[in-house]
Amino acid sequence: MVVKGKKLQKKPSRKEQSKEFLSVKSKKKNDILSESDMEDEEMEEQQSLDGDGGNSGSDLSSDGDDTFAGDVLQGSDDEEKGSGSDSDLDSDDSDVEKKSRAIDDEKEREEKEALDELQLNIKEQPDEFRLPTQEELEEEARGPPDLTGLKQRIKEVVRVLSNFSSLRQEGATRKQYIEQLKMDLGSYYGYNEFLISSLVEMFPPVELMELIEAFEKPRPITLRTNTLKTRRRDLAGVLLNRGINLDPLSKWSKVGLVVYDHQVPYGATPEYMAGHYMVQSASSFLPVMALAPQEKERVVDMAASPGGKTTYIAALMKNTGIIYANEMKEQRLTKLTSNLQRLGVTNTVVCSYDGRELPKVLGHNTADRVLLDAPCSGTGVISKDESVKTSKNAVDVQNCSRLQKELILAAIDMVDANSKSGGYVVYSTCSMMVIENEDVIDYALKKRDVKLVPCGLDFGRPGFVRFRERRFHPSLEKTRRFYPHVHNMDGFFVAKLKKMSNSKGVPAAASEVEEVVEEGSEIEPSTTENPEAEIPKPQRKEMLKKGNKSSTTNNGSLKRKNEEKPAPKEKRKKFKPLPREEISKAREDKRQALREAKKKATTKSASKKARPGV
Amino acid sequence: MLIERMTMGSSFRFVDRSTLLDNRQICKEILSAVSSDLAVLPLNSATFRSVVEMRPLDEAETTQVFEKLFKFTGNNLKNIVESPSHEGLDKNPGRYCFRLHKNRVYYVSESLVKRATNIKRENLVALGTNIGKFTKSGKFHLTIQALNLLAANAKHKVWLKPTSEMSFLYGNDVVKGGLGRITDNINAYDGVVVFSMSDVPLGFGIAAKSTQDCRKMDPNGLVVIRQADTGEFLRNQDDL
Repeated sequence: MVVKGKKLQKKPSRKEQSKEFLSVKSKKKNDILSESDMEDEEMEEQQSLDGDGGNSGSDLSSDGDDTFAGDVLQGSDDEEKGSGSDSDLDSDDSDVEKKSRAIDDEKEREEKEALDELQLNIKEQPDEFRLPTQEELEEEARGPPDLTGLKQRIKEVVRVLSNFSSLRQEGATRKQYIEQLKMDLGSYYGYNEFLISSLVEMFPPVELMELIEAFEKPRPITLRTNTLKTRRRDLAGVLLNRGINLDPLSKWSKVGLVVYDHQVPYGATPEYMAGHYMVQSASSFLPVMALAPQEKERVVDMAASPGGKTTYIAALMKNTGIIYANEMKEQRLTKLTSNLQRLGVTNTVVCSYDGRELPKVLGHNTADRVLLDAPCSGTGVISKDESVKTSKNAVDVQNCSRLQKELILAAIDMVDANSKSGGYVVYSTCSMMVIENEDVIDYALKKRDVKLVPCGLDFGRPGFVRFRERRFHPSLEKTRRFYPHVHNMDGFFVAKLKKMSNSKGVPAAASEVEEVVEEGSEIEPSTTENPEAEIPKPQRKEMLKKGNKSSTTNNGSLKRKNEEKPAPKEKRKKFKPLPREEISKAREDKRQALREAKKKATTKSASKKARPGV
Repeated sequence: MLIERMTMGSSFRFVDRSTLLDNRQICKEILSAVSSDLAVLPLNSATFRSVVEMRPLDEAETTQVFEKLFKFTGNNLKNIVESPSHEGLDKNPGRYCFRLHKNRVYYVSESLVKRATNIKRENLVALGTNIGKFTKSGKFHLTIQALNLLAANAKHKVWLKPTSEMSFLYGNDVVKGGLGRITDNINAYDGVVVFSMSDVPLGFGIAAKSTQDCRKMDPNGLVVIRQADTGEFLRNQDDL
């Protein structure tokens, strides 16, 4: 108790001194409540409890100290100390005194500085954040990037944008802020101009920040139980025993498990090798759940590797029926077959075609369900693959979109609308881009007699019905988008289509009305979409002539264009087939002629060469 | 035409299965039955046009495959050949058959074979279960993918202690010390399927000693010579 008393007494005295200072200062600076002030008040209270609250603090010399000590606390220690300080005889005590005074001084100084700083900050705060000028930016560009500064500025811009009317700088437009934000985000997180712009277009600034932050962190590791071989509870038990800490995935999946931490590699346990589970991101469960394959069905997976979704389909079908697993890329086939065999899938035929040829091979209107997990730009999986941030540009995404449009038509052609149990196509991508998702679905709705149906997933955001200048079919709200910052899985898009009739072409009743409204919007993007298509015709012919050597690739793309070009207008459609055949014939002739010419040339040159030798 | 040919080839049946049931030398019977069956079949030369094309096994190949399978499954071989298949779309369950495609042997439902005929041979990658491959010198090897089939029909089994599981999965043979349990009546050089104590199949191999001899062995003695283990799914994915 004694010791405590002494402390109590000493502390207030110290505080009192500082308080004196502060009070003077605070008067000057118009009373700012700082933490130290608060503390002082508390201390005052304590003092008053102790009984010397009435003291004015004017005589805070050691004498005063002494007298208090004598008065209030009868502790002998205090008296001793007081006398010691008084007499200055005891060198030790005086040393302590000096030290304490030095400490006091330092504290005062610190507090003062802190207060000043606070003052400064407060002063700055009302002084609104202003955008850097051109010169400042140039200056900045010369030096090494100042990351903390960038981060600060990003925060500020986002803050301003979130309450633009009241926080904005006089005379600055929203566009200027957005431009600044794009630039800063690009350089801070390493995105290229195109990607950051398209993300900015899709999200409000605050959400955009959440999204980009989410892209920086890895998603949780998820496993899918192979129900062909085991049950989730059993598997979880075994893996827990092996030192893999896991929990069931959210309530929407009955087969998913989330790995929290692991002492052993989760991809090399005996259970993994025996095919009891598959390491698979949560987002890739979704398209299969949307597809909802039934037993004894004929299902096509158009882009199957590495087989996560295919094996899930097989598990849902309990290895009955038949699955065609297609994968175009040869180097990905081994992974696909190895996973299929490991998980004990026996109802699969693995083939390797370009997805666009599949209807010809497997037959039109034959499959009950088709899963098209389309090849895409991968902008939803930046957390997995950082290179996407810089490697994709507008042309890449356009190309993806074009391919996806062809693939989805192929997928729809394969499905049998009269199937008793099915007749569905599920389209999914791991991209966030609107032109790879909604745009593709919208295109399919116009081209074939299909309609969107609910995905059967009770979460996820509805797809865009309108996006900037584009207006999509209103039923596109039935599609689902998934975001890293909202659902904690990769950015993903899922749409489920039901084929209404096996006739090719637009549904008659619906098209009439919509076509009128949407034709303009249809044509415009398609012309901008195909940068190559804008090449004038004569030039293209030249290209054809030139490009005979690389005919395989060039030819393919040109052919495609021919198919796509007369897209929206009915008139052209009618005389489309004839010219195409003719063109191909003419092309073939030309090629033949060229080949022969070449042959002659080579033989001639060869003979010429040979002659001098002989 | 094509479909007809495929189905004809695929549906080789044993001449009379009833007699096979009580025959002790069932393997030889099966083999002879199969070969005679095949001999009866009009062997269309087109069927054997190419090694690459998917086709039924010929006589010699069938013999090799069945011998290997018999080593591991014994009388259960009948099961493998005769069990009805649940894959495919046909109403009445068909049977399984063996197909050779790109030197690999697939054990696959007839229904699937029929529906894979419209896929070009260059583009066909795999179907059903891959059970093994013919080496360049013409020998047949069972591969790890056959494990499911073998485990379900195994005659001789060995269970490993949890401590030696990983060693086996890294490609090592089974020694006496790692042995948890072993079925009776294993003779030396029989095919055995290796399980973990929780009955997860891990691989298969050849018994180095009979069950009797194993009892007397020292802990370092070789029990099973490894042929394949599930670790291969990770180690040499590209070869599978």
